[in-house]
Amino acid sequence: MTPPLNPYFRFDTMVVGTANRLAVTAARAVAETPGAVYNPLFVYAKPGLGKTHLLMAIGHGAKAIDPAITVEYLTLDHFIEAFHAAIASGQGEAYRKRFADVALLLVDDVQFLSGQRETQAELLRIVDAMQTASRQIVLTSDRPPSEIEALDERLIRRFAGGLVIDISPPDYETKVAILRRKAEERRVTLAPGVLEAVARLGLDNVRELVGALNRLIAHQAAGDEVPADRVEAVLGGGAAAPVPAPAAAGEPAGASRPAEAAAPPADEFGDFLSEISATLHQQIEAWRGKVAAAILRWEGEGYRTARLEALLEGELARDPEEALREFEADVRKLDVLRTEAERAAPDLAGSPVFRDPANVAAAEELLEQAREGAHPPPAPSPLWRLDAVVETAGNRVAVQAAQAVLAEPGEKYNPLVLVGGSGVGKTHLLHGIGNALAGRGLRVACLGTEEFTSELIEAIDRDAVAQWRKRYRRADALLLDDVHLVAEKSRSQDELFLLFNHFLEHGRQMVFTSAVALPQLGGVESRLLTRLEGGLVAELPPPDREIRQRVADRLLTEKVPEVDPEVAAYIAGRPAESVRAVQGLVQRVLVAAETQQAKVTAALARAVLEGAPARPARRPSAPRSSGLVAPGNGGVRSREKMVWDWPGIGERLIEEWR
Amino acid sequence: MSLVNFAAREITCKIVYYGPGRSGKTTNLQYIFGRVPESRRGRMVSLATHTDRTLFFDFLPLDLGSISGFATKFQLYTVPGQSYYASTRRLVLQGADGVVFVADSQARRLDDNVESLQDMQANLLEQGVDVRQLPVVFQYNKQDLPGDLILTQAELDDALNFRAVPSLAADALHGGGVFETLKAISESVLRRLAAGGPVG
Repeated sequence: MTPPLNPYFRFDTMVVGTANRLAVTAARAVAETPGAVYNPLFVYAKPGLGKTHLLMAIGHGAKAIDPAITVEYLTLDHFIEAFHAAIASGQGEAYRKRFADVALLLVDDVQFLSGQRETQAELLRIVDAMQTASRQIVLTSDRPPSEIEALDERLIRRFAGGLVIDISPPDYETKVAILRRKAEERRVTLAPGVLEAVARLGLDNVRELVGALNRLIAHQAAGDEVPADRVEAVLGGGAAAPVPAPAAAGEPAGASRPAEAAAPPADEFGDFLSEISATLHQQIEAWRGKVAAAILRWEGEGYRTARLEALLEGELARDPEEALREFEADVRKLDVLRTEAERAAPDLAGSPVFRDPANVAAAEELLEQAREGAHPPPAPSPLWRLDAVVETAGNRVAVQAAQAVLAEPGEKYNPLVLVGGSGVGKTHLLHGIGNALAGRGLRVACLGTEEFTSELIEAIDRDAVAQWRKRYRRADALLLDDVHLVAEKSRSQDELFLLFNHFLEHGRQMVFTSAVALPQLGGVESRLLTRLEGGLVAELPPPDREIRQRVADRLLTEKVPEVDPEVAAYIAGRPAESVRAVQGLVQRVLVAAETQQAKVTAALARAVLEGAPARPARRPSAPRSSGLVAPGNGGVRSREKMVWDWPGIGERLIEEWR
Repeated sequence: MSLVNFAAREITCKIVYYGPGRSGKTTNLQYIFGRVPESRRGRMVSLATHTDRTLFFDFLPLDLGSISGFATKFQLYTVPGQSYYASTRRLVLQGADGVVFVADSQARRLDDNVESLQDMQANLLEQGVDVRQLPVVFQYNKQDLPGDLILTQAELDDALNFRAVPSLAADALHGGGVFETLKAISESVLRRLAAGGPVG
């Protein structure tokens, strides 16, 4: 709704002469310290002497000093139109508030205030409010306040209270300077003395002056250079015969419209040509202005605008509208990338890469790196170390295979598949290998199959499967626990198959564990199964007595430094299907010793595990001297087989017992 | 509109003079032809179809030279006014950047004007051109005839120019209003270049 500031209208593009020096000085002072001096500043001048230029220059000047300042430029037409619209929609109050945040208000063409009583009252209110808050208001008009018809006396006084200053028509020197600058802008060289001749024509209005120059340029473009002494003849008497305006509707007010000439002018085509040149030049300037405005805008938002600047320097070698659209699209793309990068790595937020629309690819790459850094594939758990794995005759094959894998990752046994029942130490071995590989600086992806599948489902849901794949493909080793769980999950199998091939192709190590022997594994496609079988399949048997003893011994000595070796021997003698069960037994003995504050001895262990006359640690209500408990239903079970701790019992309760 | 070719730095405007037969379209072109320096104009030509039937329309290319760095060319066409050349009119109208509707100011030709205007709108519509978007200028020709034979500009505006586009009185035979019309349509066309609205 509010027209933007024309980027060309700046202080440095204004030719300053005696006629406008005072006004420009005052304007500069206002731009440097808005609200502090000359408030309000009222500039009046005849049309075409640079009022609008000066007004916008104040806006640019103030913004150059303080980019955060809110500047609003509007013509009185806009002001009235918006005011009427606001009143019509009952938003009068909102309209007033609109100016509450404006630190520098620039109002053009206030001569149209004449007779607008409502608008005058509104403007008075705004002027008062802005003055009270030390905010600057600058107005321009084609006549002094006192000559604006039916202007509220109070407004006249307000204006007089600030500074009312006029711009008079430029003198001869200023005219020459203006013409020179315009000719330079158009990159035209005219014969010596021509500009001076134009300046002598008696055209006071700068627009007319530029119009005359346009006609000369058109003549020159048509091939006949105009010497200084023919300027007046070519321009048809200069001021007396202004450039005929087309009879088109919608011409800006103020343009003179000649009556239809009785006799056609001598050079109708020349006239036509100069008109067209001027119009076209305006259009091209409008484009340049648009591009320049876009540069200012995007620069203000912190983007690099080299691409648009190149467009201006290259004399608009391509469609500016299209270039602007493309630029904007790239900025949007960068915004999306930046937002995502911020989520992945907040420290990337300020990276200049996300501010250069000329290089979206770099931003994409940075984001990719951020993603990688933010979401590395799951790493092995540091709890399980390879050196804590107890090697015995039973698991020797598997442990040595693991050593071989570490010696030559991806070379010797690829993949290595560890098969064994639950709790025999597959996961420990797997993570142990993972940690050892990671210790060598390899990127290790180590996770359970269930996690693998649920990540895949999430990636499908987010439509980010490609990224998910990349994330794993970047790893140097893939260690997947419980691969038997991939059964009946065809998409997971597909993805695993692809990963498998990728890793194999690149000589990267893979290790899998399975609780089910591969030949018995149903629901897995044969192309995957044969690939798993193609590596080394090593079995981990249930722990034998030796392993049980060593595990128990290690666990006990970790907690109780000087423990009777008999305890470990006793525990190893208890039946246990898995290492985990052995850990459970040790745990129970240790807890009992702690609660009873007794020493860890074989007797205590026996008492705990087989039932002792002594009070058991946790079930004071169920002591039996035989070490057996008799449950309520009459069955007799060894207490060792009892479940003492229900893990996560809350989740298992289907119905509350009342 | 492919009016501006940024890569080749060329601007080409196709302007079509439309109107009923004998309203003075060709006279307009002939007058312009006579006023343009030889170096700036091509020959006024008529084109033929592959069946070698002459299509009765005039074509006048104007080379305006380099303006603001763009090689600027205007192509002026007239359509045959007679009703039986409907297909030629459609052909000529294709890809027009602007249209001058040359109306015959004589009161007795009013119906012909209206018919031709409707014909033009139907043809544009058929080509998927939005009449409201296309630059159009009305020229009320033969205003030099005695006042009791002709309608005034205001009367013709009432009858024809209901979209209130620019309209000009003219006397093409003697050149009155011819270049003004050309200027008016050229400005309308060129102003559409930066249709997004000028800055400031």
